[in-house]
Amino acid sequence: MADPFIRIDNVSKKFGTFQAVQDVSLTVAQGEIFSLLGGSGCGKTTLLRMLAGFEEPSAGSIFIDGQDMAGVPPWQRPVHMMFQSYALFPHMSVEKNVGYGLKHEDMTAATRKARVAEMLELVQLTPFGHRKPHQISGGQRQRVALARALARQPKLLLLDEPLAALDKKLREHTQFELMSIQERTGVTFIVVTHDQEEAMTLSDRIAVMDKGRVKQVGAPTEVYEYPNSKFVAGFIGSITAFPSKVSAVVGDVATVQVAAFQGEVQARSVPGLSVGQEVTLAVRPEKLVISQARPEGANVIAGQVKDLAYFGKDSLYRITLPSGELISVHSVNAGRSSGGRPDWDDQVYLSFAPSAAILLVE
Amino acid sequence: MRNRIAHWLQGRGYRGVIIGLPYLWLLLFFFIPFCLVLAISFGSRTPTAPPFGYGGEHPWISFVGYARLFQDDLYLRAFLVSLSNAATATVLCLLLGYPMSLALTRVSASWRNILLMLVILPFWTSFLLRVYAWMGLMGKNSWFNGLLTDAYNLLTPASWAITSVPMMHSNFAVVLVMVYTYLPFMILPLYANLERLDPVLDEAAMDLGSRPFRVFLDVTLPQSIPGIIAGAMLVFIPAAGELVIPTLVGDASSPMIGRVIADEFSSASDWPMAASVAIVLLLLMVGPMMLYTHYQGRAEAGEEP
Repeated sequence: MADPFIRIDNVSKKFGTFQAVQDVSLTVAQGEIFSLLGGSGCGKTTLLRMLAGFEEPSAGSIFIDGQDMAGVPPWQRPVHMMFQSYALFPHMSVEKNVGYGLKHEDMTAATRKARVAEMLELVQLTPFGHRKPHQISGGQRQRVALARALARQPKLLLLDEPLAALDKKLREHTQFELMSIQERTGVTFIVVTHDQEEAMTLSDRIAVMDKGRVKQVGAPTEVYEYPNSKFVAGFIGSITAFPSKVSAVVGDVATVQVAAFQGEVQARSVPGLSVGQEVTLAVRPEKLVISQARPEGANVIAGQVKDLAYFGKDSLYRITLPSGELISVHSVNAGRSSGGRPDWDDQVYLSFAPSAAILLVE
Repeated sequence: MRNRIAHWLQGRGYRGVIIGLPYLWLLLFFFIPFCLVLAISFGSRTPTAPPFGYGGEHPWISFVGYARLFQDDLYLRAFLVSLSNAATATVLCLLLGYPMSLALTRVSASWRNILLMLVILPFWTSFLLRVYAWMGLMGKNSWFNGLLTDAYNLLTPASWAITSVPMMHSNFAVVLVMVYTYLPFMILPLYANLERLDPVLDEAAMDLGSRPFRVFLDVTLPQSIPGIIAGAMLVFIPAAGELVIPTLVGDASSPMIGRVIADEFSSASDWPMAASVAIVLLLLMVGPMMLYTHYQGRAEAGEEP
């Protein structure tokens, strides 16, 4: 197998007694958009700073394009970073900011100028070259930061919460712009974010981190549909989880006893499951079908509507189960009339396909 | 009553007072005295008290003071000595103070407080006492001078041997004591400026390929220019008009301008002459400052493409 473009081998980082990153191993392919997703203090920023060279790992090693990065200072790494605060030089014009890294390249003034112009065009800021950073908007500043980081054609671009400082509308637009720029330049992106939606839309693959460890790595659909732990299931999207006990495993279908449902349901099995094992059954709100008549088949639970929130295109129900516990159901309002939709205090039935339920061992 | 005060505090009158107070202060303690000195500078010397007057005949104001400034090279030399001593002291303060200020921003918070305290600590003893202490150190029989003498004799051929280093009563002594005295005035504004700079900018420059010294030249230094100018003014302006230090440790044969003004006022009792010198000194100081403020204001307004 070819050596991966970026290889992080058993990397740990300690600050005093605090273990910021714990035994992380990852590989990233060339041209990929890879996200490090997690809450604050999960170690994602520390990992990013180790890639940039601002921190040295306490243990383990990092390889970029086959080169061991141990002891290589930030100014010699083929890596550039887009800082969360953008870190534009306030005393330099937009042009000078974008051209700053090119000073270290062996090129003529004309080539450098052309390169700056090319970068400004890439981020559509050509008319603003002479402005100072404080004279342009937040969204424009973000694009200057991107252009500056891309100007020297890094092998790897690190983006620290690239969209966090933008308002919601601009964020959506910029997201697609980032993806299109990545596609055009072919530079490998590693994005740090705490926003799961951002990670889902931007990335080819996501590493979900918690307390310094990587919990799961996979494509967005993989981590969403097949989370491997309660943490990942809960962090990405919303989910309702119930403690349960395995009563039978037949092929790839497991039957589990769920106290909250006061009955048994079937779910897609996971490897290594044994009868009698305590597991967690988790269901995402949009996988549940809500109906007023009892549907045929397995995995039907009775309940009563406690709350409902109508959002227009969809509605969110909170259903009280016979055990008194609550479960969320997300339902798309396909029909236009409100007739036939469950209302407050209605008796309803919830059903789901066995493959839609997630069994979590961890 | 309380409502009326609250109302007044929010109103225009309140703002007027807040803005007006410093102007009133400047009017009372800068502009009016300045006008008085200006008026005196156009008078002529009289032997009676008050020691100046205006001639009865036309022209009733006199430019004698200003004329003598250019005729007698004592004044010109005094200006040159003052400006060169002040400039040397300012440059040395900057060279010493910049690394110290930068270090203050890089150490841990607890160390920073201790070090800042050490910068300010000398102010707790009398200024005169500190100058006298330097006189003691620089004197022929001090251990300090002895140490320097021994070091000099050790490093140079025997035929160049000296019995002591002649430090006192020289421009060297004046500059040395001024650097010592005014160093905190350089460090404090510089520190205030450097402390506000975002360390992420240093990281960004490093990330884009600059080594640490390059980062300093490209990022830290240009952003600290306002601090450098503020510190330089706080050192240069009082140093140029300094009276006590040159009087105590300086070379009496080439006085600084402060000494000249004091002598004209007291021993020569030529108030118009003293006032003329003071006005020219003021113009020399204020001119560059106003130029700087003007360009600073333009730079901050920002240049549109």
